[in-house]
Amino acid sequence: MANDLFNSFMTGPDETGRFGKFGGRFVSETLMPLILSLEDEYEKAKTDDSFWAEMNDLWTNYVGRPSPMYFAERLTAHLGGAQIYMKRDELNHTGAHKINNVLGQIILARRMGKTRIIAETGAGQHGVATATVCAKFGLKCVVYMGAHDVERQAPNVFRMRLLGAEVIPVTSGRGTLKDAMNDALRDWVTNVRDTFYCIGTVAGPHPYPAMVRDFQAIIGKEAKAQLEEQIGRLPDTLIAAIGGGSNAMGLFFPFLDDKEVEIIGVEAGGKGVNAKMEHCASLTGGRPGVLHGNRTYLLQDDDGQILEGFSISAGLDYPGIGPEHAWLHEIGRAKYVAITDAEALEAFQLCCEQEGIIPALEPSHALAHVMKIAPDLPKDHVICMNMCGRGDKDIFTVAKALGFEMNTGA
Amino acid sequence: MTRIDDTFARLKVEGKKAFVSYVMAGDPNYEKSLEIVKGLPAAGVDIIELGLPFTDPMADGSTIQLAGQRALEAGQTLEKTLEMVRSFRETDDTTPIVMMGYYNPIYSRGVDKFLQDAKDVGIDGLIIVDLPPEEDEELCIPAQKAGLNFIRLATPTTDEKRLPTVLRNTSGFVYYVSITGITGAAEAQAADVAPEVARIKSDTDLPVIVGFGVKTPETAEAIAGVADGTVVGSAIVQKIADDAPVADVLSFVKSLAEGAHRA
Ligand SMILES: Cc1ncc(COP(=O)(O)O)c(C=O)c1O
Repeated sequence: MANDLFNSFMTGPDETGRFGKFGGRFVSETLMPLILSLEDEYEKAKTDDSFWAEMNDLWTNYVGRPSPMYFAERLTAHLGGAQIYMKRDELNHTGAHKINNVLGQIILARRMGKTRIIAETGAGQHGVATATVCAKFGLKCVVYMGAHDVERQAPNVFRMRLLGAEVIPVTSGRGTLKDAMNDALRDWVTNVRDTFYCIGTVAGPHPYPAMVRDFQAIIGKEAKAQLEEQIGRLPDTLIAAIGGGSNAMGLFFPFLDDKEVEIIGVEAGGKGVNAKMEHCASLTGGRPGVLHGNRTYLLQDDDGQILEGFSISAGLDYPGIGPEHAWLHEIGRAKYVAITDAEALEAFQLCCEQEGIIPALEPSHALAHVMKIAPDLPKDHVICMNMCGRGDKDIFTVAKALGFEMNTGA
Repeated sequence: MTRIDDTFARLKVEGKKAFVSYVMAGDPNYEKSLEIVKGLPAAGVDIIELGLPFTDPMADGSTIQLAGQRALEAGQTLEKTLEMVRSFRETDDTTPIVMMGYYNPIYSRGVDKFLQDAKDVGIDGLIIVDLPPEEDEELCIPAQKAGLNFIRLATPTTDEKRLPTVLRNTSGFVYYVSITGITGAAEAQAADVAPEVARIKSDTDLPVIVGFGVKTPETAEAIAGVADGTVVGSAIVQKIADDAPVADVLSFVKSLAEGAHRA
């Protein structure tokens, strides 16, 4: 038993918030007391049945969990190799996995007596989920969103406004997720006494990476039970897309100690992982550094200045990655690959045609990697990919990329 | 004894409060920035805080964000900032220089190499915004070992229970952040600051310097009056943003220094 524990990949982070050398609490002193009290509150909640009872009730009756486990029969036949299963988190209320985590954080915020919620968002899915749960509980909600993302994810901006949130476009930097996170942190430092920062991914200072992972782990727990029921065994391969890494960590975590399960994270390769750095593949093309409260792999220059990423997918357009992924990468428990914009677009279309599912651009990256490897795998090989979001928000971007004129319908 | 300790000893003899100025290294370019920095001691600056440009300054308001951006666009790097200090030290071996910034450029260079270089060029202390006491092993303890002061920020959210942790490995002076917020924000209020400074001073013998939200000679005087000195940053940086000639920047600094020294 002691030996089992020693070999477990599921015991992190340590008391300093580290996974190996990654993670930590690199924040200004103003935020430190709050981060410590959040950690206390979360530790209490973790073992508090009433907390999980509230979560489970909302997951079932508000979000619509469990999300289905779907055998993609036509896509499997089309690719001609491994069997492809999709974990359908795109069917959640608000259209992505993001709400799994938001519910947990908002319940904590309420327990801590915080009345104002702030969030950063890239694709807008986390912003929409946060605005939604704030509306449900009558909390004030402010969402920071890069100006470039406001433009390319317009439907989500309107959704957030309808839900009563204030959306603040961020013009610093290139106006994407990194810049939104900077401004959210600045707001938090300023309004620390009444404000709760609801982070949308497994990044930020400890305890966020662990806490968000624990809330998203419902994906992997359900997946394990559903596959057991449908195929009577564990899958051979798990595949998920990575922006900050929350949907991926949620799917992967419950399988980390099942060493026969291969785990693959898919980063955004943008225009290609090359010297021009027009991509967001932090693990494939970055090196360790410190940003936004944690040490992890970052896209940066020789001077330690952070580079702007590039991806067609606003949700993946972030120069870092959650610290637990950085650790899983270094110890080799998970493998990380990059998929380009063009490959993701192709997967997006194939999924629409073959399965009648319009995927978000983020999971289209995961699907593109499935398309790459499935044909060469045996027919009894089972791949489970995380269909973590639906593509309604992306139709304008995709139309533009495919040269379709939305206004005239031609 | 570092140059920082010497400076506070001198000020004590003179019966004066400390005036600390902040400018961003390399803003708007290397040459003008160096000229400004070289002129600060004569304008009455007791301690120079030199900003280390970083792409993602999460504790700074727009004035200092833009200064960092200008510096980076003009080609400023950590290497060049070290070079600036070396150049400054050719003519001034007494005014302390404290480097203020974020951890990543230092981590990227390598902590040991950075500390060696910083010591060699004549940097006296470090203020690294994103390294709280919980991360002391990263840079604070190695810096103290290398003979550099590590100056900690104490803030309005640093409560009684936490204060000893914040003070434990700090040296040189304590930097009290007058507001919960980012640089360049609301005016600091002497009436709010006074009891906080007293609270900190009851736990340490180090000088307590107050910054954030000090923009005018009057506020500098009022705030220095309830502490051991005060810091002005954004207001000076704004002059540089407005493209004021070096002489005008320095005469504004002089008015601030006079304000603080009147206290
Ligand atoms: C559908 C979807 N998938 C993935 C992501 C990326 O985030 P993460 O890697 O944390 O899952 C986003 C972020 O906005 C998203 O909307």
